[in-house]
Amino acid sequence: MGHASGKNYINEEPGLLSWFTSLDHKRIAILYFVSIMFFFLVGGIMALLLRLELFAVNSAPNVGNILKNGDVYNQVLTYHGAVMVFMVIVPGIPAILGNFFLPLQIGAKDVAFPRLNLASWYIFMLGAALAVITFFVAKVDTGWTFYTPYSIRTGGAVVMMVVAAFIMGMSSIVTGLNFIVTVHKLRAPGMSMFRIPLFTWAIYSTAIIQVLATPVLGITLLLLAMERTFGVGIFDPKLGGDPVLFQHFFWFYSHPAVYIMILPAMGVISELITTYSKKTIFGYTAIAFSSIGIAAVSFFVWGHHMFVSGQSEIAGIVFSFLTMLVGVPTAIKMFNWLATLYKGSIEFTAPMLYALGFLFLFAIGGVTGIMLAVTAIDVHFHDTYFVVAHFHYVMVGGTLMAIMGGFFHWFPKMFGKMYSEVGARWSWVFIFIGFNVTFFPQFILGAKGMPRRYFDYVPEYETLNRVSTVGSWLITIGFLIGLYVIVQGLRKGKQAPDNPWGSKTLEWQTSSPPIMHNFDHDPVVTAGPYEYK
Amino acid sequence: MLLMNKAMAGSFMPEQGTQIAKQVDNLYGFLLVVSFISCAILIGGMIYFVLKYKRKSAHDKTAYITHDTRLEVLWSAIPLIIFLVVFAWGWVLYHDMRKMPENALEIMVMGRQWSWTAEYKNGVKSSEIVVPVGKDVKLILGSEDVIHSFFVPSFRIKQDAVPGRYTSLWFNATKLGEFHVFCTEYCGTSHAAMITRLKVVTQEEFDKWLIEESEVGLLPIAERGAKYFQTRACASCHNVDNPAAKIGPSLYQRWGKEAHLSNGTTVPFDENYVRESMMLPQAQLAAGFSAPSPMPSYQGQLSESELAAIIEYIKGLN
Repeated sequence: MGHASGKNYINEEPGLLSWFTSLDHKRIAILYFVSIMFFFLVGGIMALLLRLELFAVNSAPNVGNILKNGDVYNQVLTYHGAVMVFMVIVPGIPAILGNFFLPLQIGAKDVAFPRLNLASWYIFMLGAALAVITFFVAKVDTGWTFYTPYSIRTGGAVVMMVVAAFIMGMSSIVTGLNFIVTVHKLRAPGMSMFRIPLFTWAIYSTAIIQVLATPVLGITLLLLAMERTFGVGIFDPKLGGDPVLFQHFFWFYSHPAVYIMILPAMGVISELITTYSKKTIFGYTAIAFSSIGIAAVSFFVWGHHMFVSGQSEIAGIVFSFLTMLVGVPTAIKMFNWLATLYKGSIEFTAPMLYALGFLFLFAIGGVTGIMLAVTAIDVHFHDTYFVVAHFHYVMVGGTLMAIMGGFFHWFPKMFGKMYSEVGARWSWVFIFIGFNVTFFPQFILGAKGMPRRYFDYVPEYETLNRVSTVGSWLITIGFLIGLYVIVQGLRKGKQAPDNPWGSKTLEWQTSSPPIMHNFDHDPVVTAGPYEYK
Repeated sequence: MLLMNKAMAGSFMPEQGTQIAKQVDNLYGFLLVVSFISCAILIGGMIYFVLKYKRKSAHDKTAYITHDTRLEVLWSAIPLIIFLVVFAWGWVLYHDMRKMPENALEIMVMGRQWSWTAEYKNGVKSSEIVVPVGKDVKLILGSEDVIHSFFVPSFRIKQDAVPGRYTSLWFNATKLGEFHVFCTEYCGTSHAAMITRLKVVTQEEFDKWLIEESEVGLLPIAERGAKYFQTRACASCHNVDNPAAKIGPSLYQRWGKEAHLSNGTTVPFDENYVRESMMLPQAQLAAGFSAPSPMPSYQGQLSESELAAIIEYIKGLN
């Protein structure tokens, strides 16, 4: 049901150019959506190539072996990781769904700094373009982690790639800053901090990490670029540097970054579960505070990436202990979601299936995370496929499930059209099953000792690798169905009502799609966000 | 629960080559059981609830429950206690792994792109690591170039080899046999081929091996070359008994023939060609192999007499 005037943010200003100069947070969200989906496609194709290569040991004739040699494999691996982390999962939920719905959920007309918001998209695209150019100039093979001294000595456009990551980091900081100020300054009358929807709470916690942690990554990458360009000895022992120092710096950002990837996903899941259970969220305060708790503790656990790096035994133990503490707020969230389902009225829409899929995958990702936090166990699992499986369960299983679920959930609001439920459910079936077929065998491979980032492997690992590769094809089918459903929904979808799911949060109280300034009259909030009574 | 733990321990893990491996597997078994129960509660609970409370009509009444302090304290405290138990258990084991035994047999192990070299006290160098069974062995790890990581899955031990400093690890092998050694820190082109064997032999065999290896210098030149060919890891990339290429070209019956290069020219397969291939592997690539060659340069790694011995050995492959 559109607005009475027939105007909305999509048709208010005509012409393609108006999109690229728009200061409207909803339009900027769409810009991010299109660009990130493109990068996701690129990173996904890389993943398919890697899995295809690993389908068979290289001595087997004519199968697998499509990437020619170790160098090509290592390059594809690097771009898969860098694209997926810096260009898809880190910006994904905050920049698309956060941009679109954070102002709507708190009853604001826009974010606090609309110009900065548009600038952040341009900065992001500049960084992304630079990263893509390296692929055609001189491919990088450092892995997305840029570990020294390898990254200092290897060929390829490492400096350019690092600068690209630095620029994308700037965009991340600017977006985070914008969201923090928006939440503090632009809430509608009556929207107290504890009436904010949990999705916005999650984006807010994420923004804090983005603003505090990303500068460290920026500095680290600049130091690396200086070392490579001018031979300043910081990380390379040949120049008097310390290679392990780089790992400390890198993970000081990149571990909190893991929570930049997962906290927004948790926020989406909270929204989906209350809406499709038609029931108020269990433990609102606990979930909100656990987001902040996770954000705070996440700064003090980076050393668990380095149990075998040569750091001292006592450091290993302290980091192991602190990591256990992150497990508690995470467990609290899981139980809260479970308790929300209790005595609800549960509808199996596609977004809800994605939310339930998230709970399933995140439970497995969570318990294996605890295993990896146990020092003595991590010594065996470190840098094996067990780690690969674990972080894909959390980052891909978690974040991508939430992106898909959240996207279908908010699709009617964003575009004013309905998508095909049946098609969306089928996409879930393939992605969910395919995901488990791909990554569960990797836990076993890792336990058996198969190292990660291997172009080839000893024959005893072949069977499980084959299963894993077949799984990657199922995931692909799932995403293709998802894409088809989205395109069909945009072209031929039925007109969406303002609140198709009977949701209680503010974004559903305006028209679908929303008008340029979001609300006809400034909303006045008199109750919490999930009053299903 | 204890029984289940016993049954789980070691499942999906490589064979147990040390006492530590057994202890690690016990802890892992415990974690698997606890994880399984946790997932059963979370996922099972989820499935039970979504089936039981499936929407019947659009007007379903739902309960209005905002929180329950007792439950919340419970499900914060129980996970915390479990986490602290496994943390402490892991700590104790980790301490055992990190506390170097006294009077251990010390071996220096150097990593480089893309092979390992073990150096024994009597001067023997080997690309395979040979150790006696039932004895504490301490490896002092170093690296000549980038970071590598020394991983023996069957022993459940792993330690990074970092350039510019030494790290160490220890083990006491309880089983005779051969075990994989993988490099687990990404180190470039042939990272996946940086694999060697760890051979556990009896004390007598070990002593004999050490003496034999140190007397290699007294052998005829071609036999010495054959030894070096094994111990300097040439054999991991080059076949010598059939013409099939491995990672590098086969050396079987090549001597004296034409060597076809990737730039289309040919050169005689003679002493100077072999020498240059070892010193400057990028200079003359064999046809069918793409640049850059994964072969490391042996400049400064082999003495003139070792080089000559290897050439003599390759001659004899006809």
